[in-house]
Amino acid sequence: MKTLSSTLAQDSERNPTEPVVSIVGGAVRLGGQTIWQDVNLEVQPGEFIAVLGPNGSGKSTLMKVILGLLPLSAGAVTVFGQPARGGNQDIGYVPQRRSFEADVRIRGRDIVRLGLDGGRWGPPFPFLYPREAKAISQRVQRVIESVDAVAYADRPIGQISGGQQQRLLVAQALVTNPRMLILDEPLDSLDLANQQAIAWIIRRIAKETGAAVLLVAHDVNPIMSSIDRVVYIARGHVAVGVPTEVITSETLTKLYSSPVEVLRTCDGGLVVVGYTGECVSYHEHH
Amino acid sequence: MTALDISFPRLTWNLWLDVVHMFQYDFMRNAFLAGTALSVVAGLVGYFVIVRRQAFAGEALSDVAFTGAMGGAVLGINPLAGMIVLTIAGALAMGSFAQRVSERDLAIGTVLAWVLGLGVLFLTLFTAHVSGSSGFSGVTVLFGSILSISAHQAAVIVAVAGGIALALLLVARPLLFASVDPDVAAARGVPVRLLGLFFMVLLAVTVAEAVQAVGALLVFALLLLPAAIAQRLTTRPYAALGVAVVLAITSTWFGLTIGFYSGLPSSVCITLLAFVGYVGVIGSMAIRRRLADVWSHDNPNSQLPASGMHQETRQ
Amino acid sequence: MSAALTGLFHYHFMQNAFIAGTIVAILAGVVGYFMVLRSLSFAGHSLANVGFAGATGASLLGVPPLLGLFVSAVLAAFGIYWLGLGARYGRRSDVATGAIFSASLALGFLFVHFSTAQANNIYNVLFGNVLGISDTSVLITAITALPALALVLLSARPLLFASVDPAVAEARGVPVGMLALGFLLVLALVVAVAVQVVGVLLIFALLVTPAATARRLSTRPMIELLISVILALIFTWAGLAAGYFTPLPVSFFITTFAFVFYTLVRLANLLARPAQLSS
Repeated sequence: MKTLSSTLAQDSERNPTEPVVSIVGGAVRLGGQTIWQDVNLEVQPGEFIAVLGPNGSGKSTLMKVILGLLPLSAGAVTVFGQPARGGNQDIGYVPQRRSFEADVRIRGRDIVRLGLDGGRWGPPFPFLYPREAKAISQRVQRVIESVDAVAYADRPIGQISGGQQQRLLVAQALVTNPRMLILDEPLDSLDLANQQAIAWIIRRIAKETGAAVLLVAHDVNPIMSSIDRVVYIARGHVAVGVPTEVITSETLTKLYSSPVEVLRTCDGGLVVVGYTGECVSYHEHH
Repeated sequence: MTALDISFPRLTWNLWLDVVHMFQYDFMRNAFLAGTALSVVAGLVGYFVIVRRQAFAGEALSDVAFTGAMGGAVLGINPLAGMIVLTIAGALAMGSFAQRVSERDLAIGTVLAWVLGLGVLFLTLFTAHVSGSSGFSGVTVLFGSILSISAHQAAVIVAVAGGIALALLLVARPLLFASVDPDVAAARGVPVRLLGLFFMVLLAVTVAEAVQAVGALLVFALLLLPAAIAQRLTTRPYAALGVAVVLAITSTWFGLTIGFYSGLPSSVCITLLAFVGYVGVIGSMAIRRRLADVWSHDNPNSQLPASGMHQETRQ
Repeated sequence: MSAALTGLFHYHFMQNAFIAGTIVAILAGVVGYFMVLRSLSFAGHSLANVGFAGATGASLLGVPPLLGLFVSAVLAAFGIYWLGLGARYGRRSDVATGAIFSASLALGFLFVHFSTAQANNIYNVLFGNVLGISDTSVLITAITALPALALVLLSARPLLFASVDPAVAEARGVPVGMLALGFLLVLALVVAVAVQVVGVLLIFALLVTPAATARRLSTRPMIELLISVILALIFTWAGLAAGYFTPLPVSFFITTFAFVFYTLVRLANLLARPAQLSS
């Protein structure tokens, strides 16, 4: 378990060969319903994986299992070689649809800082531990710079726009220099420019630090060129693989157990059409 | 209520002389001691009450304190004990309600409504059967009697307040995290629900202690108003904590002094001072913003200082 | 049993109590439903306490307390409405409500301190004195309550729309802001009127508990409204009867019956449905 001081010191040792996440035969049953089952997934260090699927398919549930917030009903999940448990400082987490109300009067910078020392008990007076406080401030500043949020980091977080809040929240997840980033629909309700910018920032930082990224998305549009693999969850089952394998008529038909067609548009985009009338479009950027 | 039936002390407008004169009376020394200790705690706890959007719960607890005190008196046990027990029980109940603010407030409201009914019952029984001995009455519980605190009571208040302040400072960071960002905090291993309950207990004990000084109906003002001003003045959380404490102490000291020299009830002076401060800060900020808007309208090309007052349009 | 009932309605003060109580219960049931819907519980509680300050201030000035109560409650309603705007600038309506609440209590206490009125007076304003209502009071109650009730019932549908879905309602032309202010004013009026029955501290119970219970019993708005009114009536009548036959205060009975029933309904709900998933 990483301590605050080891976080502030040099980056911790990373074992390049051990899978970051390993789920074998995983299943979750809640309230008498099976959310998903027969899930086998291995995430390698530095991988960027998109988690896709229709509403209610259990994408957030999968994230919560990996975070150790929800136990599996069947199968086993290990994270960094250990059984998944809550409070893992090595995972940076950006939960779903979180936006601060307009009247929250705390600086964005302090929200980011909470990601680093928010779990620490003891009086919050910097003068009690001056050197550490300085190191914390510097790290917070660095991570805010890395997401290009310096201009508004000192404003009350309730007063800045959704896209700006989201950048600071990503910074909060990054401030502990995590080995894995889990982002649950971070690009929802952002305009295209912001979506692309944030996706690019995540990709760049993940590459620099070697962190694995699990990103839940509705529309894989802005991240198609960044992702390594896709986890597609639908109707209780999961398909894992590269996009060209998973987002195909054959794979998705098997997954949905009903006719699903994947169409290619003339500019290289992918459109998924199924019997539910659900239409999700994916575009490849060249 | 004021116990000064002697001729009112004269204000000499010599600050040092006035203060010395005031402190000649041991009831004033006790009042200042207890009041300062309570202000420190009220400022700290009050800040979190605002951040956690639990203003209604705080107010409800002060009403519960009233019922507890009355109940204790009627049942023949120490009113303070009755108050503390019922307030803590109420706090734990409230702390375990649903998380969504509107549902939570509704649940608080229903419990509060009944607790007030109980309070009426106890008050009626009290006035009918138990005579007003040792200066205890419904009025003193409702409105406080800081000027009749004994040295012993003051010492107890200081000790309890010190304990609460220490406990709160120890959990300040995780509590802030859990209050502002519960999902991420939980993912980081912060015991969000447990901290919530712990905070409610701290709030309950604070309310029960402060009731003795400013009374059940006005303890809420000391909790809410200095912290409300503080969080308008600064957006740094730990600085806001300090400012809240300073403002609470200031209100109490000035309120007690004004009460001493005017004969008005101290709890009223303290509350109205804090309220005036709150309105003043909100008002002056609103006026500043208006002026800035007008100014920028007249000078569309000028650069405005990054005051944080102008916000970009939200998506 | 019938002898007891005859006794109950024999005395004029009891007849007055029942008439006033019935009017207030109906009004509280209707207005309380919307108060709960619009999450204004804290505001309702605060308005009641503001009324206390107004009543004591009025008696200090030699003005009828009811008038002071009404004026102060209306002013506070305006205050809550205006301070509640401006969330964009970080203003919090719950903090503002709390601030007005505390300040008005302090003022009320100040007036009590200055006035030579007996302690009894304060307690009556705070806790009600339904068994001592005069004919004039009953008349005033009826005259103020009936237009208020008519107003709310006539605007029930737009008010419901604006409460549940303000953005869409506004787009359809419903005057959301005006309804918000108007409702707060009606709430202030209800508080002023009802103080005679249960007092400022406990009008809140009649406003919140029947409506909160109704919420648990139905999901259809008009049925909820009806249940809220019926429950308020039952609790008030039962409370009045119990207050007549025992030396204990009426307001205690009303609030206790209301709360017990609310708890029973919630327990029944819990037992009927297994624990839900938390979202």
